[in-house]
Amino acid sequence: MLAKRIIPCLDIKNGRTVKGVNFVDLRDAGDPVELAKIYSDEGADELVFLDISATEERRKTLVDLVRKVASTINIPFTVGGGISSVEDVAILLNNGADKVSINSSAVKTPQLINDLAQKFGSQCVVVAIDAKQINGQWIVHLVGGKVPTELNLFDWAIEVAERGAGEILFTSMDNDGTKNGFANEALAKLSELVNIPIIASGGAGNIQHFVDAFKEGKADAALAASVFHFKEIEIKDLKQQIKNNNIEIRI
Amino acid sequence: MKIVIINYGAGNIQSIMFAIERLGFKATLSNNRNEILSADKVIFPGVGEASSAMEKLIESGLYTLIPNLKQPVLGICLGMQLMCKSTEEGNTSGLGIFDVDVIKFAPILKVPQMGWNTIYNLQSPLFTEINENEYMYLVHSFYAPLCKETIATTNYGVEYASALQKNNFYGTQFHPEKSGAIGEQILRNFLNI
Repeated sequence: MLAKRIIPCLDIKNGRTVKGVNFVDLRDAGDPVELAKIYSDEGADELVFLDISATEERRKTLVDLVRKVASTINIPFTVGGGISSVEDVAILLNNGADKVSINSSAVKTPQLINDLAQKFGSQCVVVAIDAKQINGQWIVHLVGGKVPTELNLFDWAIEVAERGAGEILFTSMDNDGTKNGFANEALAKLSELVNIPIIASGGAGNIQHFVDAFKEGKADAALAASVFHFKEIEIKDLKQQIKNNNIEIRI
Repeated sequence: MKIVIINYGAGNIQSIMFAIERLGFKATLSNNRNEILSADKVIFPGVGEASSAMEKLIESGLYTLIPNLKQPVLGICLGMQLMCKSTEEGNTSGLGIFDVDVIKFAPILKVPQMGWNTIYNLQSPLFTEINENEYMYLVHSFYAPLCKETIATTNYGVEYASALQKNNFYGTQFHPEKSGAIGEQILRNFLNI
């Protein structure tokens, strides 16, 4: 059976990991490649690198990073952040990225999803959707949840799947940072509405939250950052306990 | 050992280059006939859409070259599918090395299958020292049904061939270069054949 996936996410700025990390055995806590290697050795199923740098130099730095990561780790990884054209994606894939994640650029230019799927295949197109509830409606937001759009989460999810997205990375802005668990109701609804994999993001605080995201939220994968960076949850323990809950997982 | 990765413009080949380097070898990317013919091992990768990949193989003449290679050849993912008789993706014929037609997953489960699934009923030198039911990384919407050339089986709503072999031709639906240490062992096994 296909296993559920555990995906650590690393925020990158100018080629360095930015959110604090708490690995005592790291020589350089800011080195994304070293961190990637540790996660991959501990059993992460995939990695996501989210580039949040805003400088002119960002593309070159990111490409260097992608090459280093691809030459070091032997599991799939996704690169996201500021990707807005077919050319951007071609450069990242040619340097070893397996998938790219697009967010604002997909909302601004939905045709980009079709273009990427046609040129590179759906398997490498992840559409990230940030949403939060306003008056009981899940509304898609941009710029890290700061700017509301007019899109409804579920309508947008159906549209991106129809346009050829291979996967949806759904972050609930209501849950993100709370450590109170994932948005399982919305996740389960997404999973019923579209026939592509859904990655749950936002709210991981303990191991049970992951179990719930898979069982109640019917997510195909779960992504988290700080609980892994600060070693609040060890990937090995996490996966063992998920398995103990009779959920298919790669140990 | 001379390892050539066939470069016909289909998808991300950097990962497989890096994987070969991690094993301590160097691979050459090429679509040159003589380069490919003189290789000890040939890797035939592929990511993307089948009919456009097939067109590229026909334009470059690789269409007739590949099925006649005598050295060990490993097709990965779409590469494996193109080594089959035909594929439903873009309704195109393939290289006809494996006697099986590639078809699309019925939408009982999510399509594409994306992630780690197990391989079992392993029967090939490709799987030397590989235990049954190890997890491999797979991303695909089309699959090769079980057939006489099946050397590994995977279950995704249906049992299908996740690896094929005929004589010197090997194909894996999974990505050994993205499947952790076990995947690297499978690549090493191929290089040792």
